Amino acid sequence: MPTIKTIDDLERLREKAKKVKEMRDQTGKTQIVVGMGTVGIAAGARETLKAILTNIEEKHLSDIILRQTANIGLVGQDPVVQVTLPGAETVTYGKITPAMATRIMEEHVVQGNIVQEFQIDA
Amino acid sequence: MRELSLHILDIAENSISAGASGIVVSVREDLKADELCLEVADNGKGMSPEMLASVLDPFTTSRLSRKVGLGIPLLKQAAEACRGFLRVESELGKGTKVTAKFQHSHIDRMPLGNLEDTFLTLLLGAPSVHWVFNYQYNQQSYRFDDAEFKEALGEIPLSDFRVIEFLSTTIHNGIAKVINITTEKGVVYANN
Repeated sequence: MPTIKTIDDLERLREKAKKVKEMRDQTGKTQIVVGMGTVGIAAGARETLKAILTNIEEKHLSDIILRQTANIGLVGQDPVVQVTLPGAETVTYGKITPAMATRIMEEHVVQGNIVQEFQIDA
Repeated sequence: MRELSLHILDIAENSISAGASGIVVSVREDLKADELCLEVADNGKGMSPEMLASVLDPFTTSRLSRKVGLGIPLLKQAAEACRGFLRVESELGKGTKVTAKFQHSHIDRMPLGNLEDTFLTLLLGAPSVHWVFNYQYNQQSYRFDDAEFKEALGEIPLSDFRVIEFLSTTIHNGIAKVINITTEKGVVYANN
């Protein structure tokens, strides 16, 4: 896939993705949520989310639903990241730096192994 | 907060929480007038006059899980420390507009910081919102409206890895062109 430079490229990408989508199961998506409340932002949630984006970009990951939420409600654990693999329970991670986010992307999102040392009780 | 961009992110998060379907974020730097102006306008649920009157109180929040809402008071304090002000206009059912103005050259004014990461975070973190980002530096301005991109993409998510790169480059180039300096992608602008 060549790099996207114009709106036309986006439209071509859309056509391609349509075909792929038809062949694939709709439910097979991984959801990643980043807590973006005031405390989360002050604790570095923007940089954590940026690291997740960079990983999606570099690892060419697809079928990922990325969401931010104002408040996950886990005081003192910001930045909080939650990962839900298709058909699996939501796993909550606390105090996640960009470097830790990269490990979560590699080990949990790509390989399916929960990074237990970053996990917290939600 | 270390950067004004993080304040913008925080205020815009309030707009998302208020159920806004359209949010316009504007940043204006006017060196001649010695002003830096931030504005976040949304079409969310808005606030009653009572809520509006109490919104600058650090102990006001619409959240039930935690009784601390610091975002707006923090920005107000930052603006007032720099010969500026913060203004909140809101109407129930119509939306809310938050404006913060700073003396641009004030020694206590925190740097604008990484505006492009703030825009990218908002766009990708809340893709169902119609986002418009305005950045003006003196006479030059850049406007990003996500509508044309979303229309072209259709059902492809913004978080598709190919699209992320495109959007981040688009926003980066747009901002860099306005301030007319060459920067590495993602680097905080030195003159801010």
